[in-house]
This record gives sequence, C-alpha cells and structure tokens, in this order.
Amino acid sequence: MIAIVLFLLLWTGKTFGMSSNLRTLCSMMGAGKKASFFQFDWKAQGWNLVVSLGVVIGGFIASNFIASSNAVAISTETVDQLVALGFEDAGKSFAPKLLFSNNAFSDPYVLLLLILGGFLVGFGARYAGGCTSGHAISGLTNFQLPSFIAVIGFFIGGLFVNHFIIPFLF
Amino acid sequence: MSEVSSWFRIYEMFQFNSFHMYGVIGSAVFFGAIFTFLIKKLKIKSVFDQTPISLTDKEKGWKRYLIGGIIFGCGWAISGACPGPMFSLLGAGFMPIAVVIASATLGTFFYGLIRSKLPH
Repeated sequence: MIAIVLFLLLWTGKTFGMSSNLRTLCSMMGAGKKASFFQFDWKAQGWNLVVSLGVVIGGFIASNFIASSNAVAISTETVDQLVALGFEDAGKSFAPKLLFSNNAFSDPYVLLLLILGGFLVGFGARYAGGCTSGHAISGLTNFQLPSFIAVIGFFIGGLFVNHFIIPFLF
Repeated sequence: MSEVSSWFRIYEMFQFNSFHMYGVIGSAVFFGAIFTFLIKKLKIKSVFDQTPISLTDKEKGWKRYLIGGIIFGCGWAISGACPGPMFSLLGAGFMPIAVVIASATLGTFFYGLIRSKLPH
C-alpha cells in the first residue's frame, strides 16, 4: 500500500515525504521573515499539503467507517511491559489513553511530553532532511546512503529513549 | 487505520517484540524499490507533463543524517508518531496529537533559525 502511494507520487512527478509539510506550514505562517530557510515558493508545495489533508480524511474514514476493532494486537510481552508502566489500555485500544485521550489537555506533565516529543520529531526530521517517509521509504527504495545513515540514526535515538528513558517517564 | 500510526506499535518495534512494523516498512521498501527501479530502467514519463521522471539524490555527507536522525528517533519513541501518521491520528479524532503537530512545526521552525550554526 505504501509502495503504491510512493509509485503514484513519483509517477506524477512528485516525491513522497511528509515532514516537508511542516516546513511549508512554517513558511505559510510567515517564518520566511525570520529565517531564509523558509523563503521558498511554498505554494508549489501545495500538492503535498493536499496529501496530508488526504491523510487526515483517511484517518477519519478508517476510524469511523472501516476499523471494526480499534485494539492493536501487540504481543502479550509488550502488553505486560506497558501495563507495568501504567498503560492500562495496552492491547485494548488504538492509542494509549494516557497520552492521547482528551484528559491529556489538563495534565501538564503529559502535555510537556507531547510537546517535547513533537519538537524533537520536527527538529530532527528537518535536520536530517526527512523522516520515515522521506528517508526510510523514498530514500531506501532509491538506495541512498544518506537515508540509510538517517534510518540508523532514527533507531539509535529511538532505541535509547525507548529502553533507557521511557521507564523513567511513566 | 494502519497500525503503524499506533504509539503501541512504535513502542513494540523498539522492543523488538513483534515483526509487525518491520514487515510493513520492509515490504513497502521492497516493492517501492522495484517500482523505483522500473521507473528508472524503463524511463517512465510523468503522467502530467510527459517529462522523464528524475529522482534527485540526497546530498552527500553523514553528520546531518546521523545527528538529525538520532534527534528524530528520540522524539519518535516519545510521541510514537512520525509526520505522516500524525495527520491520520488527527483525522481519527485523537485531539492531543494537535499538540504534537504544533510542536513539531515549532521544532522545524527552530531548525530553520539555527540552521547555519549546525554541522551538516
């Protein structure tokens, strides 16, 4: 499925990379006045914003009309670990209530985690010149060494935080 | 909705407790590589303007890819969402993801500000 999207985007003369939209959003909001990095013809990137809008609609349709069960069938090992960390709905829901239910808005600690996670994703993706779609999919399928290095970086960072930081966060 | 958008799946991936994520990404890369190879080999033209499809190579170097990648990975493990799935989670009604999208945009902006001071 992802490969078909990649093919369609390449076929229409585009590329597959979602994090570029965050740069486009910055430019739309006038970030070009603050940094030259955002001075580009963001309207030419409009098609990519349409892709992300499509993803939003896709998410809406999938969760409201297609998915019969929203539970994610993670392994029992993972469920046990997460329950021990305080994720009581592990294995029973799509996303952890602890982070993604509306209660998160009234919990400063959870908000801080969401802000921190998002900030690192946005900063890191642009620094690395791409995210999972731009590097792990588009880059690797085109045998790009830089993308391979970036994906190794994703895992160094992810494994470190997952194993050594998350146990202290929750 | 694809389970790759689930925080639980990202957590599990980093614990190596399931093949799920590797299967999804691996098969996408496998078939994507075949498509990309065919596009290049058969010189398939763009569907709109009939110009040959050209794939730009990523810039050479390793510092920005490794350092940026590590930073991205740290955020990925915490938020459990990368820039694509963020939007599908929003559509699915997980409203706190809007906070993640906003701060990811802010992170992108911050990169733009300090870009000239970073090793690339």
